[in-house]
Amino acid sequence: MLDKILFLLCLASALADERCMPDTPHGFQVRLSIKTALGDEAYVWNENEMFLFRASLAFAMRNHMNGQQFEVSNIIVCNETMRVSFWFIVTSPLDTSQLIDQENVEAAIRQSRNRINSAFLLTDKTLEFVDILPTLATLYTHPTPPWLIVFGVVMGAVSAGIIIMLVSSVVQKKRKTNRKPQDEDDDEETRVKTVENGDAHDGIHNMSFSEDERFTKM
Amino acid sequence: MENSAVEERPKWDNKAQYLLTCIGFAVGLGNVWRFPYLCQIYGGGAFLIPYLIALVFEGLPLLYLELAIGQRLRLGSVGVWNSISPLLGGLGIASSIVSLLVSLFYNTILAWVLWYFFHSFQNPLPWSSCPLNVNRTGYNVECEKSTPVDYFWYRETLNITDDIEISGSLQWWMVLCLVSAWFIVYICAIKGIDSIGKAVYVTSTFPYLVLTIFLIYALTLPGATDGLVYLFTPEWSTLLNPQVWLDAATQIFFSLSVAFGGLIAFSSYNTERNNCERDAVLVGVINSATSLYASIPVFSILGFKANNAFLSCINENILALTNEFEMPDQNITVDNYDHWVNYLNQTYPDQFSKVPLNDGCDRQKFLDESVSGTGLAFIAFTEAVIAMPGSQVWAILFFVMLFSLGLSSMFGNMEGVLTPIRDLKVLPKWLPDEIFTGNSIVFILCCAVALIFALGSGNYWVEVFNSYVGSVPLLIIALFELIGVIYIRGMKTFSDDIYFMTGRRPNIFWKACWMVISPLLLLVVFIFYVAVQARKHPTYPAWNPDYVDFPKTETKSYPDWVFAIIVLLCSVPVIPIPLMAIYRLTRRIMRRSSHHADLNPYNNYAFEG
Repeated sequence: MLDKILFLLCLASALADERCMPDTPHGFQVRLSIKTALGDEAYVWNENEMFLFRASLAFAMRNHMNGQQFEVSNIIVCNETMRVSFWFIVTSPLDTSQLIDQENVEAAIRQSRNRINSAFLLTDKTLEFVDILPTLATLYTHPTPPWLIVFGVVMGAVSAGIIIMLVSSVVQKKRKTNRKPQDEDDDEETRVKTVENGDAHDGIHNMSFSEDERFTKM
Repeated sequence: MENSAVEERPKWDNKAQYLLTCIGFAVGLGNVWRFPYLCQIYGGGAFLIPYLIALVFEGLPLLYLELAIGQRLRLGSVGVWNSISPLLGGLGIASSIVSLLVSLFYNTILAWVLWYFFHSFQNPLPWSSCPLNVNRTGYNVECEKSTPVDYFWYRETLNITDDIEISGSLQWWMVLCLVSAWFIVYICAIKGIDSIGKAVYVTSTFPYLVLTIFLIYALTLPGATDGLVYLFTPEWSTLLNPQVWLDAATQIFFSLSVAFGGLIAFSSYNTERNNCERDAVLVGVINSATSLYASIPVFSILGFKANNAFLSCINENILALTNEFEMPDQNITVDNYDHWVNYLNQTYPDQFSKVPLNDGCDRQKFLDESVSGTGLAFIAFTEAVIAMPGSQVWAILFFVMLFSLGLSSMFGNMEGVLTPIRDLKVLPKWLPDEIFTGNSIVFILCCAVALIFALGSGNYWVEVFNSYVGSVPLLIIALFELIGVIYIRGMKTFSDDIYFMTGRRPNIFWKACWMVISPLLLLVVFIFYVAVQARKHPTYPAWNPDYVDFPKTETKSYPDWVFAIIVLLCSVPVIPIPLMAIYRLTRRIMRRSSHHADLNPYNNYAFEG
């Protein structure tokens, strides 16, 4: 009896191992790039880290499929390489011969992706689940666009400046007209009397001297 | 005598204001984003030779001429040319029209700078990542195919249409920025040189401060030295290409902002006895030195950007190889990449050929990507800034610097329009404080017309204006200026003017340049320029998301009505020159014929009723 049970168990585990293989339709491939992410502070990938991975995946499955108590043993890993990449499949806790289908596993991972990433100090890019696209982070949309705020500040300052200038020029003019009767002629240099042949003149243009100036030398 | 009859011409508070204003006018956006580009495509250090030759034989003489004539005759551009000869009156009007048209599109660029400046206060910077599409399932398609930086510029800033014929609608955010830019110029120029003189203390000096900060920081960035070496390594063979000399001459000409009338206006506010020769040489040399100084941080940053692009390209390949061959992470690094590639190719050729490798990972190729103009500021630089730590600070500094550079140039442009209006006294006397109101009216009109550039197709129109208004008409005006002063006013009279102002006559170098070398150079540049432009039907790069090769820009040719507008833009500024000459000539002939009998020099009509 005991032999039979032992034999069946071995068979079961052997079967389970066989189901986990590259390109399995029930699981996913995982790639970790620890050195790229952490540089000098990279940890070494070993059995314990693998245990953590399986535990966090079991956590994700528990979160997604409420009620089912997934254990570390339900996460089967195979084909581990030096890259650090491996394949995994998930068995049902109720019946180890049953595999959880891909959609459920994918949904579970998507839901708890952040938690899994932070357990390993990695990101969506460095802890890659092949064929599971990372959910796109929505950019924080501000209620009022910040650029309008800056615009308001700058334009407010400029408008204030314009108004101040307008007011001050009006005030100065009033002061000037009040002071005008007492003002003496200032002794500033007047501008050079230039030879202007333009038409913008008051008075009557003196015809006699205008025509031949340029052409006859006296 | 009443005060209002002898109206005081405004004066500079001190020499420094005058110099800073002239330097600010000459040093503009082109020094930062056009000169480094020319250096890059014309063989680095070798370009300095034609550039300096053009400066000495073309730039400085023209500059000296304008400053001297403005200071002597003490009038804006229209008044000056009217004084020299009534037949030349059209020259001043031509300068004013060009200044007006250039102000319109130049301020639009400042509006774009303001927009980017407003957006630099966000974390993360809005041009660092793509927005999501409508269903939130992926990124926006247009942004995916191009880059987030391109998307932010073409879609979120300009909302550009794919053809110049499709005008689109007024982009309200662009209108806001445009109005802000015009307001800022207005407040600085509202009181003429009283306010401009104060504003230039900041706007002319601040860019140098920022350039120095960027210089020091950029030199510490990885890849900066590659960029600098690439920039300054001279390629002497480019000197044999006549296009290089042509571009050097045009660059120095447009960089110094001569023929706009602004310099004449500024120097007309000077005291009579001011050493304008020293001023001219100072302004010219500082302008070129600034170009050179600015190209160092620009190229360090471009080198940094190229380095980043190269590294990300290589890292993609490394990832692909590491995944395919299941090798430990970071076994293949950037340094031993080539070695690994060779090894893997030889040992596992079948597997190796299956790996999708990017062949274009070449440092030189990334450095060769040359950008100038708005592409440099709003695409290349913004991309580089994302990769710098403390991106917001660098972005804010950069855009404030660009704004200062452009603002001080705008002062000169607007003075080229406002001073002639003031001098011609075209405004009715009943307007209160006519100078002030006159300025305000001009600004409001300019702002209203410039709204064209806030349409969807605005960028295309800015390109049209930039290429055609700011080029051929200026060359013609400068040529006539030289002829007008040297041959019509006379070299002797002009030498006397200079003797009166500076105490010595111009030496043989200046005389030779003014009489022969500079006009010849200008003529040659003009002929070649027109020949090059007229050879092909003009085209423009359009941003069309539906284009087959998107994200490359699609080269479209201008439709006929736009071509007609281009011809108008080239000719309308220049037409006043012959028109005014003909008008004055016919008036003189008619007057002479009608008063022929009374041509008695002792008959003084001035006192008749």
